[in-house]
Amino acid sequence: MIRQTRRFVLAGALALTALPASAQNVSLLNVSYDPTRELYVEINAAFAKEWQAKTGQNVRIRQSHGGSGRQARAVIDGLDADVVTLALAYDIDALHLNGKLIPADWQSRLPNNASPYTSTIVFLVRKGNPKAIRDWNDLVKPDVGVVTPNPKTSGGARWNYLAAWAYALKQPGGDDAKARDFVRALFKNVKVLDSGARGALTSFTERGIGDVFLSWENEAFLALKELGADKFEIVVPSLSILAEPPVSVVDRVVDKRGTRAVAEAYLQFLYTKEGQEIAAKHFYRPRDPEVAAKHAETFKKVNLITIDDVFGGWTKAQATHFNDGGVFDQIYAK
Amino acid sequence: MAGNAASLARKGETRFEHRSATRDPLIVRVLVLTVALGFFAIFLLLPLVVVFAEALRKGFETYWAALVDPDAQSAIRLTLLAAAIAVPLNLVFGVSAAWAIAKYQFRGKAFLTTLIDLPFSVSPVIAGLIYVLVFGAQGWFGPWLRENDIRVIFAVPGIVLATVFVTFPFIARELIPLMEQQGSEEEEAAIVLGASGWQTFWRVTLPNIKWGLLYGVILCNARAMGEFGAVSVVSGHVRGETNTMPLHVEILYNEYQFAAAFAVASLLALLALLTIALKSLVEWRSGRTQSREDAP
Repeated sequence: MIRQTRRFVLAGALALTALPASAQNVSLLNVSYDPTRELYVEINAAFAKEWQAKTGQNVRIRQSHGGSGRQARAVIDGLDADVVTLALAYDIDALHLNGKLIPADWQSRLPNNASPYTSTIVFLVRKGNPKAIRDWNDLVKPDVGVVTPNPKTSGGARWNYLAAWAYALKQPGGDDAKARDFVRALFKNVKVLDSGARGALTSFTERGIGDVFLSWENEAFLALKELGADKFEIVVPSLSILAEPPVSVVDRVVDKRGTRAVAEAYLQFLYTKEGQEIAAKHFYRPRDPEVAAKHAETFKKVNLITIDDVFGGWTKAQATHFNDGGVFDQIYAK
Repeated sequence: MAGNAASLARKGETRFEHRSATRDPLIVRVLVLTVALGFFAIFLLLPLVVVFAEALRKGFETYWAALVDPDAQSAIRLTLLAAAIAVPLNLVFGVSAAWAIAKYQFRGKAFLTTLIDLPFSVSPVIAGLIYVLVFGAQGWFGPWLRENDIRVIFAVPGIVLATVFVTFPFIARELIPLMEQQGSEEEEAAIVLGASGWQTFWRVTLPNIKWGLLYGVILCNARAMGEFGAVSVVSGHVRGETNTMPLHVEILYNEYQFAAAFAVASLLALLALLTIALKSLVEWRSGRTQSREDAP
């Protein structure tokens, strides 16, 4: 039986490894996080067209989606991603720290911190905004039910948490102690902590839990589009955080598979006018000033703070706030 | 065995049920029936109806489109492939293990029996993680596999392995009590009368266990097709490649394609219903054969 098993395993493995090695056909695996499914369906089609025109090669881009941290873990465990397009730099840093799949300076290899598009955190409320939620300080009122995923497991939820913290910090007389009290009060209003952004969104929209959902801007727009603008509306707070979902080639994989050229071209395509237009269409804020100006109506101007300015970068923010025993554990336990 | 009990109960009906002394009070019977049927309706029937209703809510065309979508097709193929490999493997393993345990005496027999149950008691997520730890890039065999360009985790072999693991006990568990009950006298007689080992298995053992075996295969197949947790851990979720049907349902649901998600789910539910129908058929057939054999 063992031999039989082995034969099956080998046959399966061979069948799979035989796939990518043809001169006219090349395939890439893009390992991404949850909310980018729709974005990359369109990017992939547009890039494949461009690449074929340029080189004559057919490129097939395979997609894998899941929670950002979990996806990084899968790549570390051997999922053969040619490129990763994740929610936070911290998750891509993990590819360097565990297994040296990429060099330490990966984030300087592409413009804008290797983040071709950005997003921010906004509020999704029920139509008519019955609880009159306008800004962060409305979220700590006693009768407001807040829905956010769990910052321990969700990249998006960490942005939510840090944006709230930064808001309290930037208020007149704000300091770390006041910010801590503010965030504690906010999480006291949290009705349910789902593990991922889509699950939390479903809790809010389908199960009708809570009055406000703290969301990626692109997810909030998508929810309006998919579930009906007659049911929800978006509230943009006075201050929010600049979320930079970065991208990187996975050196270990592309060098082995011989796909570096096409993988790099794929990521650079995200920075072209066409790539930026597609990003804007899927409600990611484009980096290109011209494309951004065209979509200024969609993307409301917000006072955006960055994680580097306020929290000293992801590694530090992660260690202080989200690691076991960190600030989030302390305030949520009490 | 199940057939025996059933036929006993059937004979018993006429004897006990209609005597007032042994009859439960009306209120108790009504209560028990209400609880059982109510529970059945709320927790089993209702979700099943919902799955089909949601699947067809946007019309049959959407339903059909969801099933012929290339990613869905690939998920269906992968699910069938995983089941087609896992079930025969477990068939061979289950018969060997049941044979060894029921017919031979050896040291560590009790331990082996317990071990077979392990996949039942271990959470499927752990089962998946075991394979990641063993075959993953950071795992024991990771570097060797990488050098030889063999992919196990996040590829079809990993999914098959995880499926084999979680469906391990089904056939063996079904056969062990059956074979233990039958003992080895008939086989011994066959050997004494000059049958070869293979003839003995084919002519004596197999006819005795065939219904139990079939029942085990059906259950094993149902679990192989429906497994989510273990497969989710080792899948890597590459679309059109390493998503099985249950994983595909989750993806569609997360993409707001509710009708499509329920369409694929309804296909899974249909497979489950088919399994139950087959199972009842097997039970009924085996019950009939049993009672024919029992009759003088």
